[in-house]
Amino acid sequence: MNILEIKDLTVNIGEKRILDKVSLTIKEGETCVVMGPNGSGKSTLSSVLMGHPAYQVTGGQIFFKGQEITDKKPEERAALGLFMTFQQPREIEGVDFYPYLFDAYKFLKAARQEKAVSVFDFKKLMDKEIAALKITDDWSRRYLNRGFSGGEKKKAEILQLALLKPSFAIFDEIDSGLDVDALKVVGRAMKRFKKPSASALIVTHYLRILEYIEPDKVVVMSAGRIIKTGGHDLAKRLEKEGFEKIIKAKLE
Amino acid sequence: MPIPRNIKNKKKIATHSSLWDAYNESGYMAQTRTGLDEDLVRLISREKQEPAWMLERRLAALKIYEKMPLPAWGPDLSQLDLAKITYYAKATDKKSETWDDVPADIKKTFDRLGIPQAEQEVLAGVGAQYESTVIYHSLKEKFRRQGVIFEDMDVALREHGELVEKYFMKCVPPTLHKFAALHGAVWSGGTFLYIPKGVKIELPLQAYFRMNAKGMGQFEHTLIVVEEDAQAHYIEGCSAPRYGVDSLHAGGVEIFVAPRARFRYSSVESWSKDAYNLNTKRAIVQADAHMEWVGGNFGSNVTMLYPCSVLVGANATADHLGVAFANQGQIQDTGAKVIHIGPNTSSNIVMKSISKSGGRAIYRGLVDIGAQAEKAAANIKCDALILDDRSASDTIPLIKIKNSSAILAHEATAGKLNDDDIFYLRSRGLNEAQAGAMIVNGFIEPIVKELPLEYAVEMNRMVELEMEGSVG
Repeated sequence: MNILEIKDLTVNIGEKRILDKVSLTIKEGETCVVMGPNGSGKSTLSSVLMGHPAYQVTGGQIFFKGQEITDKKPEERAALGLFMTFQQPREIEGVDFYPYLFDAYKFLKAARQEKAVSVFDFKKLMDKEIAALKITDDWSRRYLNRGFSGGEKKKAEILQLALLKPSFAIFDEIDSGLDVDALKVVGRAMKRFKKPSASALIVTHYLRILEYIEPDKVVVMSAGRIIKTGGHDLAKRLEKEGFEKIIKAKLE
Repeated sequence: MPIPRNIKNKKKIATHSSLWDAYNESGYMAQTRTGLDEDLVRLISREKQEPAWMLERRLAALKIYEKMPLPAWGPDLSQLDLAKITYYAKATDKKSETWDDVPADIKKTFDRLGIPQAEQEVLAGVGAQYESTVIYHSLKEKFRRQGVIFEDMDVALREHGELVEKYFMKCVPPTLHKFAALHGAVWSGGTFLYIPKGVKIELPLQAYFRMNAKGMGQFEHTLIVVEEDAQAHYIEGCSAPRYGVDSLHAGGVEIFVAPRARFRYSSVESWSKDAYNLNTKRAIVQADAHMEWVGGNFGSNVTMLYPCSVLVGANATADHLGVAFANQGQIQDTGAKVIHIGPNTSSNIVMKSISKSGGRAIYRGLVDIGAQAEKAAANIKCDALILDDRSASDTIPLIKIKNSSAILAHEATAGKLNDDDIFYLRSRGLNEAQAGAMIVNGFIEPIVKELPLEYAVEMNRMVELEMEGSVG
């Protein structure tokens, strides 16, 4: 079964076309990696899938679990099971981090018409994930992402992923700004998320993260288009040859 | 949200009218009239069986009121027709209402605020005496042993007349401005709090306990005396909308903070959307004493509220923390006034405002550093959050310095909701209003955290209610 189906997706910001007839299908349980140089449109694709209102979809359709979501609100997509880790998570002043986690969890549970666990049980779940992510500092007195280091922000995103339990995760450059140790922790957490029923779209520059999560599909983007699709071997080829050669070969 | 079963029970209980009358004017209004003159002032005093001195003060205040023009400080009040206001309304003994008569939208507001049913009924004017709860009585007994007086103003006037006479309207004199004079003439109900020398009360004294005290409405008077070395925290108000007989509220709060005493006054106010809320709150702070104001203002048509600290003694200090939310059609003209008289006095003003759907939030403040106030220090910080292009915010700080040793800092910021912040929260499952409310609550968090937990929770819920329907 296809969990995500993108058909001829065309997106503008103002007059500028930033995605051009992008088509991509991901089956349930699959992991797809999107690679490409800066400005190729891969992060835009993530934001559009999550429903960022700044982007205008001028053509094409997105289907998630068989339902068209092209015009759905971000929160409706979240309720359906989509989740995105942000490349640059927002820092929100005055919003206590842990109560925020429980609020987000409760709102999402309500939207999914599922029963939420009590705050005490939630705390137990949270503590377990905090330990797994090797978060040793006390975040209980901190505001949402406020003053977090790059690595802490990414761990905070993964913590939300683990607690909000989506069926499809978009990892938008989760590996940027991580040192080797943090990458290991985040990679392992992604591996834990990636149960056979869960699907993922990983947007990345690097291949390091693929040591933890093996892709079923690799696509290369350039100038708002998908120019190459392949399997794990394509990722290995990219590692050896770089983007330039593939983009050039496509243009010729 | 389901209505608790027992709310549906039909009850016949005499109501206290001044709290909640918009829904039933007939019968009640028949006994009252609009406009103000000497006869009415005499009638109020007679019905309350007041001592002669109080009647004299009322009449003196009335004379001042009649001569005084509208205040020049503050927003335009030309739409306010003072001749059409009902200044005094007495509940008839026969009056009775039931919970079923309370409008559904108001019940819904109560439910959304999570106000316990007992309080809901009191707020709606159909409740039993909230004062009669066990908690209140046990506290009362403890207070009595400590010499603390926490009473209805009418009761205090009867039972502690000398004490009331000594302080009444000495901090907020009728000459202060037209509405202070009006208040002096027609005040009714309110709270009297007296903390004796050296007594320290840890828990906040809550006006919740006395929510249905008589006359808690339009012109309530709060008189607080905190003696030397004493310490207390008083909190009043409720976030549920209060509906007065008429659209003018001119309450008065006066606080006397004796040397080395510490006092905090917190209030959360929410008035019906057609009301003029013109409150006067003022504290006189003696040497080495500390006064704190924490306030949240919601609702009303026009609010004018600038709690004032008069720092008369050396080393006296004051903190003013405030939140104002101006929604559609509303003007929140709020701020603070600090008058530095004694040497080494210092003040800290932190105000946060939110304006939405065409609302206007104005910070208006005065810092006045007198010639004798050597080495006075004042710090003013106002932050405004403007939620859409139709809404506005202004900062009008008035600063008077007559002593060159003063140190003063003023900082003002204005910002909007960030679309990426909203998107971030929506991607986690919050809808647009919930995301906005979360960010707004984060914005006011430094002030809300100073409130006792139940008030903080309620203030956050108020913001959530105000943010509803903000989509688009």
